Amino acid sequence: MTSPPPLLRASALECQRGESLLFSDIHLELSAGQLLQVGGANGTGKTSLLRILAGLGRPVEGEVFWRNENIQTNREHYAAEMAYMGHHLGLKAELTVMENLRFGMALYDKPKADTGWQQSLTRVGLSHLQHLPVRTLSAGQRQRVALARLLATEALLWILDEPFTALDVHGIDLVQALLDEHAGRGGMAVITSHQPVTLERTLLQLSLG
Amino acid sequence: MFGPFIALLRRDLLLAFRHRGELANPLLFFALVITLFPLGVSPEPALLRKMAPGVIWIAALLSALFSLENMFRSDFDDGAMEQMALSPCPLPALVLAKILAHWLVSGLPMLLMAPVLALLLSMPDTAILTLVFTLLIGTPLLSLIGAIGVALTVGLKRGGVLLTLLILPLYIPILIFATQAVTAAAAGLPVEGQLYFLAALLTLGLTLAPLASAAALRISLN
Repeated sequence: MTSPPPLLRASALECQRGESLLFSDIHLELSAGQLLQVGGANGTGKTSLLRILAGLGRPVEGEVFWRNENIQTNREHYAAEMAYMGHHLGLKAELTVMENLRFGMALYDKPKADTGWQQSLTRVGLSHLQHLPVRTLSAGQRQRVALARLLATEALLWILDEPFTALDVHGIDLVQALLDEHAGRGGMAVITSHQPVTLERTLLQLSLG
Repeated sequence: MFGPFIALLRRDLLLAFRHRGELANPLLFFALVITLFPLGVSPEPALLRKMAPGVIWIAALLSALFSLENMFRSDFDDGAMEQMALSPCPLPALVLAKILAHWLVSGLPMLLMAPVLALLLSMPDTAILTLVFTLLIGTPLLSLIGAIGVALTVGLKRGGVLLTLLILPLYIPILIFATQAVTAAAAGLPVEGQLYFLAALLTLGLTLAPLASAAALRISLN
């Protein structure tokens, strides 16, 4: 079977934390419509790998390419098509859900009249909370707001670090459905998770440590 | 690039407005230090007039230092900085928006309050005008230079002392030129030289500080 050319490609990644080697010689390739789960025990460098793939961390060795361009030197092309959700969600507690989402979209240079955030908020089931400050929401609800922001940016590549942590059963189903839809549209995702993920699409696996 | 810049500026001003209590602290500090001088040192107008430029500028400098720490702190802690660093908008532009917001809520109020406080120290009218000019050029510079130091130390647990040690030496030239200008104005001497020098420093700061701060933030995020 011939697969489409990979959009995201990482070669010979090596990462150190302090004196110890977390991982080395990691190769990965991801093409449109593919989803990848990074597995491994605690402390094996899953988050570090995701931060390197997002361009936040720098590997000791190796490079990450997006559409055959190095992501460190062509940051802006990559950033326009990638969205990252880490342990810290990046929501301002003092701003309302709506203000947070609008700012998230403004960072991706979406026009102010764009109401994509409303559809995304409805999709994650929080449209009734749009005027509440984020500080009044529960951890799971905040996670959902971050997911709404992810949808509103319309990024092609999602990099999600533990997207299931604070979510209830319905929330977990929601993320799984979102991942399936995203891949169905040709989107890609790299996720870490400790729990089994059940998707209709195939979930590629990469195990660290 | 302007969309994200304006959006971030608006967001930071909105956040500052919702935390107005904290906002007043550096300003209160600025006013208190200056009003305590006549009480603590001497109410003698001649002496106060002589000390006024230095007192006002030292208070402005310390108060700026005081408010700097929070410039990137909350964004760094809640992950908003990661989102900004990964957004398609160039990070130096976003950093400049944050610096501008910082100046608008900390530098600008000092600028507006300074003439009143200068009167309190019986500063002559011509010197007050020059004082406002030096603050107008100097306080943005305090925010710009401070941003580099904050960006470097924001990843550290207790960066406060290090921050002071890093940027205080860089504040010294501003202090010297600004107070000299005000003293010269009070004595009826021309002040263009000092003001031009401050303006040159401001141009340098405006062009280089956002780039340096953005690079330092990326290191702090790594």
